[in-house]
Amino acid sequence: MTLQGFTSAQANTDRGPRDIGQPIEEVRARLSQTWASQGGLWGWLTTVDHKIIGRRYIITAFVFLLLGGVLAAVMRAQLARPESGLISPDLYNQLFTMHGTTMMFLFAVPVMEAFAVYLVPLMVGTRNIAFPRLNAFSFYVYLFGGLMIWIAFALNIGPDIGWFAYVPLAGPEFSPGKRADIWAQMITFTEVAALATSVEIVVTVFKQRAPGMTLDRIPLFVWTQVVTAFMVIFAMPAVMTSSTLLILDRLVGTHFYNPAEGGDALLWQHLFWFFGHPEVYIIFIPATGMVSEIITTFTRRPVFGYLFLVLALIAVGFLSFGLWVHHMFVTGIAELGASYFTASSMLIAVPNGIQIFCWIATLWGGRPKFKTPLLFVIGFLIIFVLGGLTGVMLASVPLDTQVHDSYFVVAHFHYVLIGGAVFPLLGGVYYWFPKLTGRMLSERLGQWNFALAFVGFNVAFFPMHILGLAGMPRRIYTYPEASGWGTLNMIASIGAVVFALSFVLFLWNVMASLKRGAVAGDNPWDAPTLEWATTSPPPPQNFDRVPIVTSRYPLWRHPDTLPVGTGLALDTREIVLTTVVEGRADVRVTSPNPDIWPFITAVVVGVTFIGSIFNGWVALVGLVPIGIGLIGWGWPSGSVEDES
Amino acid sequence: MSWPEALDPKGPEADAVAGLIWSFTGLCAFIWVLVMVALAVALIRRHRQSEDPLAVTIGEERRVEWIVGGLAVLTGLIVIGLTFISYGAQARIFGLGGGDVAIDVIGHQWWWEVRYPSDTASATVVTANELHVPVGKLVRLRLTSTDVIHSFWVPSLIGKADLIPGRTNTLAFTADRPGVYAGQCAEFCGLQHTHMGIRVIAEDDADFTAWKAGQVAAAHEPATPAQAAGKAAFLSNPCVSCHAIRGTTAGGTLGPDLTHLASRTTIAAGTAELTRGTLAAWIADPQGMKPGTNMPTMKLSAADLNTLVDYLMGLK
Repeated sequence: MTLQGFTSAQANTDRGPRDIGQPIEEVRARLSQTWASQGGLWGWLTTVDHKIIGRRYIITAFVFLLLGGVLAAVMRAQLARPESGLISPDLYNQLFTMHGTTMMFLFAVPVMEAFAVYLVPLMVGTRNIAFPRLNAFSFYVYLFGGLMIWIAFALNIGPDIGWFAYVPLAGPEFSPGKRADIWAQMITFTEVAALATSVEIVVTVFKQRAPGMTLDRIPLFVWTQVVTAFMVIFAMPAVMTSSTLLILDRLVGTHFYNPAEGGDALLWQHLFWFFGHPEVYIIFIPATGMVSEIITTFTRRPVFGYLFLVLALIAVGFLSFGLWVHHMFVTGIAELGASYFTASSMLIAVPNGIQIFCWIATLWGGRPKFKTPLLFVIGFLIIFVLGGLTGVMLASVPLDTQVHDSYFVVAHFHYVLIGGAVFPLLGGVYYWFPKLTGRMLSERLGQWNFALAFVGFNVAFFPMHILGLAGMPRRIYTYPEASGWGTLNMIASIGAVVFALSFVLFLWNVMASLKRGAVAGDNPWDAPTLEWATTSPPPPQNFDRVPIVTSRYPLWRHPDTLPVGTGLALDTREIVLTTVVEGRADVRVTSPNPDIWPFITAVVVGVTFIGSIFNGWVALVGLVPIGIGLIGWGWPSGSVEDES
Repeated sequence: MSWPEALDPKGPEADAVAGLIWSFTGLCAFIWVLVMVALAVALIRRHRQSEDPLAVTIGEERRVEWIVGGLAVLTGLIVIGLTFISYGAQARIFGLGGGDVAIDVIGHQWWWEVRYPSDTASATVVTANELHVPVGKLVRLRLTSTDVIHSFWVPSLIGKADLIPGRTNTLAFTADRPGVYAGQCAEFCGLQHTHMGIRVIAEDDADFTAWKAGQVAAAHEPATPAQAAGKAAFLSNPCVSCHAIRGTTAGGTLGPDLTHLASRTTIAAGTAELTRGTLAAWIADPQGMKPGTNMPTMKLSAADLNTLVDYLMGLK
């Protein structure tokens, strides 16, 4: 079975001629033209190609990673010695706020979404992401939010309230001026962007999988992105609520968080951490998907325990919503409630443990090829298991009272976030770089990159566990010599230098390989999933003919010729929708052409969000241009009815 | 380098937590080593692998499934065990009733107001940034805040608890032996979160009683002409709008009570040890010593500054 038609004699022909088995060269040429983005600046602003948007998303997120990293380096310089006067307390407070905010909201969550935007449509074998114009809109909104907060920081009105902005400190009385407003509005930007992307991912995976891709044939990376998208959809409303109430307190004069007027300071913490804890898993879960794909490819065997892994992911997704109070163990929460959260926080170790065991079992049963992506995954396993175990320690209420808000916690969350997400992400970059660019990253530089990152990370962050136990609280801009914290801080700062060097090497590798890297070919790693079935980089239409999936590992099952289907329109953008569970071909629908309205709408939304910081009425007045934008966006373009 | 404070407990409550940290760390380290050994073996073991990546033996996969399932169950049992160990320590630390000494600690940006309440107003002790506690007695703190959230943390004696406006939290601990135990605010509370230190001075009963009697007493009257001039300078400058000295007309409540300032060991919430020199430097240029502090710079003449410090250093 190499051909399967998606069309019938009665097919509506309004969408022009169809692929009825013409020579593949002709099909390719016509589809490339149909799906191409326009050239020039206009083309840049109107494109709806998920690969172009995804690439922009990835690059932007990495720029924010570098910016956030520079802030961290400055902080480590300040903390290297006791009583250092390198930077002022005011600047230091802006630095750690911007570092945390940038890393969490502008790098970690977006970069995982970025990879989803680029890879998910390719991995499920479709031609574009669902709601491609929303996708373009989402990127611009994210970009504007990030630019706003960084421009504010450059103008010395960067937020200085910590990345979780506890009230009353972030409230109108103790943070006058615009700094906290800018932070809160940045949340609005990034959450709008994240929600939009999540909806696209869910619909893409549920409705646009290649025919034959039943639920149990979905690649694990795609599974992780679906689970993450659902978590975003349920978690983000909590933080949007909390930041909106904060904005109302600050700009409109409400008293949601003001205890003097019957408000409650702890309300903020509940709302924020109800989002904030799932947030950690929103970052971590997609990284586990990268780990699964990399381990599968480089052990050259099916991942062990696919079903276990999928169920573990879903379990983590659910459990992560029941842990938030472990961020609040020292706020005087009722004992019985705190005890519940100890148990639930411990419990999440079980599904996470299952994932670790499955990966080790896969490595055990295969013959690992130690390419750079796998090195980063091994680094991930070493670091993340340690960070996970200190997480178990933090679940204990009495233990937490000693280490909460200390450098022990700083060490812990860098172990889980850098170890658990950044290491797999770097592995993922080495793994998918050839697909994105058509060229391989240098293996030799990659090994050095890994070695420096691994050593630098551990030297920088391991000593912080001890500093925390020795009484060093987080977010202090200096410490007295008599504290005895000097030596370990110096060691941490030296580690930070090495860690930073690893990123310089990474950048160098990317730049050099873009120009001179070995040409990759379609499938340089002999990987099993669909994104490797097309050219590197993929053509605008992704696939000349839609793949027909018969296995969880299509390219291993059909090493020579992948079964494909015909029958889609050649001169109109058309995709196949399939049924949710069995992935049977169901409907052919059109997919939007390039469009300027998402950009226009994003601009007016951005102007409205920023303007409302300075005058509340802008939020109302802005509804008019936003409404115009949405009408322009939704104006019927005259496409024909979808057909079965 | 000495042992980290949290692992060098100076009281039974801190001791219980230290024991918990050790047992968790020991077990977690053991698990980490086991996982790493399994990982290392998985990576270096050399065995035949079929050319066809999809050719896995069902029997072997089943066997490994049982192993992974068993490990999952084991993980579950371990965390249940740890949960109950944690509950044990929790009951031990937070189950303490009553208390021999009650102290109110009130958080301010960026200092600690400390009060030993009494039925009679004249017997109430009001001080700042230092707690005196009798050795071997259960001390109960009542924690609240007038502005933003702060967190009380003296790792040698007890884990932390937040000071939250509109709420009162409590924290109970005992100091086993005399000593000075340092801590500082653990919840980011604004510009000078860094310089919000607290000291717990544990002393035997007699010393504690004597200290308390000294604190309840009225402020020392100036004993020298210089001190008298200093008092006049104090009362005629804006000092009085924020600070109180009992027995004078100074009754401000925004800053620390200075009635027995010279009996304390530090100034500006642990920013510096209290000496004549640091006090003079502090009054002359508070923003230089603790940028952003709410204490404004007084334009005092050199003579006024000198006599003022004389007076304040006499307030034992």
